[in-house]
Amino acid sequence: MNQLNGLYAIWLREVKVYFREYSRLIGSILTPLLWLLILGKGIGASIDENESFAGVPYEQFIFPGILTMTVLFQSVFYGLYIVWDRKIDFLKEVLAAPLNRSTVFLGKCLGGVTDSMIQVTIIIVLGFFIFPDLEYTLQSLMLVYLYLFLLAVIMTSLGLIIGSRMDSPEGFSLITSLVVFPMYFLSGALFLKKNLIDEAPLIYWITAINPASYAVDAIRYTLIPEDIFLEYGLSRDLAVLIGFCVFLLALGTQSFKTMKL
Amino acid sequence: MGVITTKGLTKKFGELTAVDNLDLDIKEGEIFGLLGPNGAGKTTIISMLATLLDPTSGTATVANQDILKKPSKVREHIGIVFQDPSSDDILTGRENLYLHGLMYGVPRSIIPQRIDDAFDLIQLTGREDDLVKTYSGGMRRRLELARGLLHHPEVLFLDEPTLGLDPQTRKRIWEHIEKIVKERKVTIILTTHYMEEADRLCDRLAIIDNGKIVALDTPNALKAQVGGDTVQMEVSEPEKAAKELEKLDCVSRCEARENRLDIAVKDVAQNLPKVFAAAGEISNFSVRNTTLDDVFMHYTGYDIRDEGAEGAAKHMQRVVGIKK
Ligand SMILES: Nc1ncnc2c1ncn2[C@@H]1O[C@H](COP(=O)(O)OP(=O)(O)O)[C@@H](O)[C@H]1O
Ligand SMILES: [Mg+2]
Repeated sequence: MNQLNGLYAIWLREVKVYFREYSRLIGSILTPLLWLLILGKGIGASIDENESFAGVPYEQFIFPGILTMTVLFQSVFYGLYIVWDRKIDFLKEVLAAPLNRSTVFLGKCLGGVTDSMIQVTIIIVLGFFIFPDLEYTLQSLMLVYLYLFLLAVIMTSLGLIIGSRMDSPEGFSLITSLVVFPMYFLSGALFLKKNLIDEAPLIYWITAINPASYAVDAIRYTLIPEDIFLEYGLSRDLAVLIGFCVFLLALGTQSFKTMKL
Repeated sequence: MGVITTKGLTKKFGELTAVDNLDLDIKEGEIFGLLGPNGAGKTTIISMLATLLDPTSGTATVANQDILKKPSKVREHIGIVFQDPSSDDILTGRENLYLHGLMYGVPRSIIPQRIDDAFDLIQLTGREDDLVKTYSGGMRRRLELARGLLHHPEVLFLDEPTLGLDPQTRKRIWEHIEKIVKERKVTIILTTHYMEEADRLCDRLAIIDNGKIVALDTPNALKAQVGGDTVQMEVSEPEKAAKELEKLDCVSRCEARENRLDIAVKDVAQNLPKVFAAAGEISNFSVRNTTLDDVFMHYTGYDIRDEGAEGAAKHMQRVVGIKK
């Protein structure tokens, strides 16, 4: 019971802080819009969408990828707060509480995941107005949230793990950038991965070990149910993402247990 | 056995030995002081006792629980006010205390009552729902003090509770600490590098230098060991004067810094003529009561005030700046 109250408290703190800092909210809506409206339109105008994307406009094709991107970046950079909090005495207040380190990790992780989910909700709502052709039903939205949630757990855990090992914010930003940019570009957010099989098989195989690829695949097929967008299939996507989640949650708990102050 | 006992407690950071073979026995209900300059190892000692840091060797028990074998049990019995600000400044005072209550195992139904009592204790009633960033430094410290007590710990650690605060605010915090001791059954371990603070609040104190205890007793006993009152004089030939003065029976200690001599003299009124005779040519002179400063100087050979309040103020600026 105490652990549960503690978990709730850690989560509640993150959410309250998130809502008090509007700038964080607004800043992170701008980037996805730029990608959608400028890159999407720009590239869309220079390719033949009928041939490659079954007539789906390019900016609509990348919309699921942009949702994924938002979760990727938002979640992983949440780990930066751990670096800050460790430098000063903020984290000690939590670590000196009679709570397990796994509770602390889970609370922080759920806090970050909640931030990402709020973020993504705003973009999903915007998408509803920008792209009337997207498949927005109760069922499809629930699926989209499920996959985004799993990806957010993976990426927040990753951010917290890196954050628990790094002493400086600069170091953290460097390492996470080295991880998250390749993950984004190799997720197929902006292209269809299966076209790479013959053209660049090595890159294709790298995309296949990237958890973000499976989120993009599932979300794209859910929002735009065209057969040519089906790459791995929803159940395989789910299995892979759950696998990554379990692995990273375990690793994260471990990294909090051995974290140095 | 005391509420806190340490046996050979040691912490090394690489080559540096921050805490060196510490043996302590702190009794229930006392205010025990750890007095030492910046870098003496005070915070490291508290971190180990609070199970935030593992010792390199040695061990300790806190509230009869071993810090290595039962760290979570230890954490159930302690409260801490950290050296640096650790309350969330974009949350309100009440929110900070509420979250603390949940994390530290206070049953949800009684948290609101505890919060009201806490604000009453620190005399901040009326400011509960203001954001902490609108609090002054002293108010924030008082809030953290109340937070450390919210779950009724048996042992309360106060790590430099008045660091960087102005003298008036500092007095206010001392009054709060004295009130807490009177009203609650709690053992307090307080670290400080302010002598008057240690003198006023502590039942016993350990002077720490380079991670080692150099003296441990009640403030009065420590002062008595150094002996009598302190005569301070400026002389033209300090070395020669010091040599002569040390021959006198009534002089228990004589320290020279440039032209200034600090001389501990027993029964000053009777012995002053002898002291004058031995000192030679004098340009300036005063008598004052022995303070812990003299004690500190006696045991470590340097003056703790040399670091000054400036260092502390800079430290606070850095810490507060980080979050902005
Ligand atoms: N995490 C750490 N890594 C390396 N050195 C440390 C660490 N924490 C403290 N120290 C060093 O240990 C010594 C004691 O520090 P500390 O316990 O903070 O002293 P105090 O609280 O008495 O000012 C200092 O020399 C400090 O630089
Ligand atoms: Mg300290």
